[in-house]
Amino acid sequence: MLGLVNGAFYAMLSLGLAVIFGLMGVVNFAHGAFYALGAFAALVGLQWFGVNYWAALVLAPLAVGLLGVITERLLLRHVYKLNPLYGLLLTFGLAQVVEGTLNESFASSGQSYPVPTALQGALNLGFMILPIYRAWVILASLTICLGTWFLIERTRLGSTLRAATENAPLLQAFGVNVPLLMALTYGGGVALAALAGVLAAPVIQVTPNMGSSLVTVVFAVVVIGGMGSILGSVVSGLALGVIEGLTKVVYPEASNIVVFVIMALVLMLRPAGLFGRE
Amino acid sequence: MRAVGIFYALACLFALSAPFMGIYPIFLMKLLCFAMYACAFNLLLGFGGMLSFGHAAFFGSAAYTTAWLVTSHGWGTVPAIAAGVGVSAIVGWVIGVIAIRRHGIYFAMVTLALAQLVYFVCLEAPFTGGENGLQDVPRGAVLGVLSLKSDRVMYYAVLAVFAAVFMLIRRIVHSPFGQVLKAIRENEPRAISLGYDINRYKLLVFVLSASIAGLAGSLKALVLGFTTLSDVLQANSGEVILMTLLGGSGTFFGPVVGAALVVTLQEYLSDIVGGWVTVIIGIVFIACVLAFRRGVVGELAALRPRP
Repeated sequence: MLGLVNGAFYAMLSLGLAVIFGLMGVVNFAHGAFYALGAFAALVGLQWFGVNYWAALVLAPLAVGLLGVITERLLLRHVYKLNPLYGLLLTFGLAQVVEGTLNESFASSGQSYPVPTALQGALNLGFMILPIYRAWVILASLTICLGTWFLIERTRLGSTLRAATENAPLLQAFGVNVPLLMALTYGGGVALAALAGVLAAPVIQVTPNMGSSLVTVVFAVVVIGGMGSILGSVVSGLALGVIEGLTKVVYPEASNIVVFVIMALVLMLRPAGLFGRE
Repeated sequence: MRAVGIFYALACLFALSAPFMGIYPIFLMKLLCFAMYACAFNLLLGFGGMLSFGHAAFFGSAAYTTAWLVTSHGWGTVPAIAAGVGVSAIVGWVIGVIAIRRHGIYFAMVTLALAQLVYFVCLEAPFTGGENGLQDVPRGAVLGVLSLKSDRVMYYAVLAVFAAVFMLIRRIVHSPFGQVLKAIRENEPRAISLGYDINRYKLLVFVLSASIAGLAGSLKALVLGFTTLSDVLQANSGEVILMTLLGGSGTFFGPVVGAALVVTLQEYLSDIVGGWVTVIIGIVFIACVLAFRRGVVGELAALRPRP
C-alpha cells in the first residue's frame, strides 16, 4: 500500500516531466527541486502565515508554477535551439541553486508537516488498515493524472499543445503564441511537481534533498515508460511504486535499487521503453 | 602551435615547482586527482560525444575498492590501485553495455540511474562503512621501496601518474581509434555506413574513460586517506561535468583548468560562505550553459586567428 502511495508520486512527477519534455525537448532535472519547493512552500505557509493544508494545496503549486514561468522566460528559452543536453545541464544547475538555497535557509534536517484533521485516522477494510490520508493521496493524484490526460487529449488547449509538439513554427504561423504556450507548459509541469510535494509533505520528512533522490528514480521510471508517452509515464510510475513496495516486504535491502534493475532489463529487451517509440 | 608549446612548458615548470612555492600539497594533489577525473570525462564527452551523468560510480567504486583492500586486507599501494582501476573498468563495462543502447539525453539519464544503483550498493554493502565511509587509509609505499608518507613524495608520484594519463589521452585521441571516435561523434549513420562497428568503439571509449576516472578515484582515496559516500554521489558526477564544461570540453587542457577553478572555488569559498557554495556552483553551471559553452580554454582558442 505504501508502494502505491510512492507510485502516485512517481506518476505525478513523471507526468510533469513527460509533458515538459514532449513540448520543449527539455529534460527537467530541476523537477525534484520544484517538488521540494512545493513541500517547503506548504510548510512555510503553515508556520509563518497560518495557511492551512487545503489552501496550500492550491497556493503552493500556483507560486511554484509562477516561479517556473519566470525561470522559463529568463533562462530556459535560450537553450531550445541547442543540443537538448544543454537543457539537462541548465536545469541541473538550477536544481543545485534551489536545493542549496533551501538547505541554507531551513537546515538539512527533516521537518514534519501535520496531517490535516479531516484526513486523520484510518479505515479498517477487514483485511488491512488503511490510513485515510494515504487513501486520499492515491485518490487525489489519480484524479490529477486523469485530469491532465483529459486536458491534453480532449480539450482545445490540449490539441494546441500537441500541435506545438509536432511543429511549433507552423503553429506560430497560424497566430498561436507559442512562446507563451511554452512558458505556461513549464509552469504547469513544475506546478504538478509542487502539488506532489504538498501532497507528500504529511507522509514524509520534508528535507531540502527530498527531491534529488526522487528525481533519479523518476528518470528511471520515465526511461522505462518511454519518454514522450503521457499514459506510459503514469502507468509505469504506479506500477513501479507497487513493485518497489512489494520488494520492501520481501527483500528490503533491494528496494532502493529494484527500479534501476528493472530499467536495465527493459533497456536490454526494448530500448525505446515499454510505451515509447524510437 | 609554438604558443601551445610554450604554454605546456610553463605548465610543467609550475607543476614541478609548486610544492616549493608554499602551496598546500594536499590541495595540489586533490586538484590533480580531479583534473585527471575531468580529463577522463572529457575523453567521453569531448571526443566521444557522450554525456555521462554517472561518472561518480567509477570514481567512487575504485576509491572504495582501493581503500578497502589497503585497510582491511593490507594490500600494497600499487596492487590496490590496480584492483581499483580493474573494478571501475568492470563497472564501466556493465553500465556501458546498457547505456550505449540509447543516445543523447537518454544516455545521460540511463547512466545517472545506473550510477544511483552503484550508490545504493556502496551505502548498504557490508564493507563500505555505510554513512561513515572508510577512514584512515594508509598511503603505503611504491613497490615496497619508496614510502609515500611525505606529502612532497606523494605529490610527485601523483604528478607523474597524471602526466602519464594526460599523454595517454592525447595518444588515444590522435590514434586511428580516436579518429573513428570523432567520426562517430560527428555523424553516426555515416560511420555505420563506412563499415565501423560503432558500438564496439563507443563501449571501448566508455570503459577507458571509466578506468581513468577510477584511477583518479583510487589516488584520491590514498591522497586524502578516506573514502566517503560523497565520492559516489550524483553531485560528484555533476561536478566533473561542470569542470569539463567550464574549462572547455573537447580541448586537452580545458578539463585541467576547469578542475583547478572548481576545486579552488570550493576550497576557498566554503570557508567564507559555507553551504552557499552549492548555490554558487549552480549559478556558475547556469552561466556556463547560457553564455560560455566553449569553456575558458575553448573561448581562448577561438580568439586566436585560425592559420
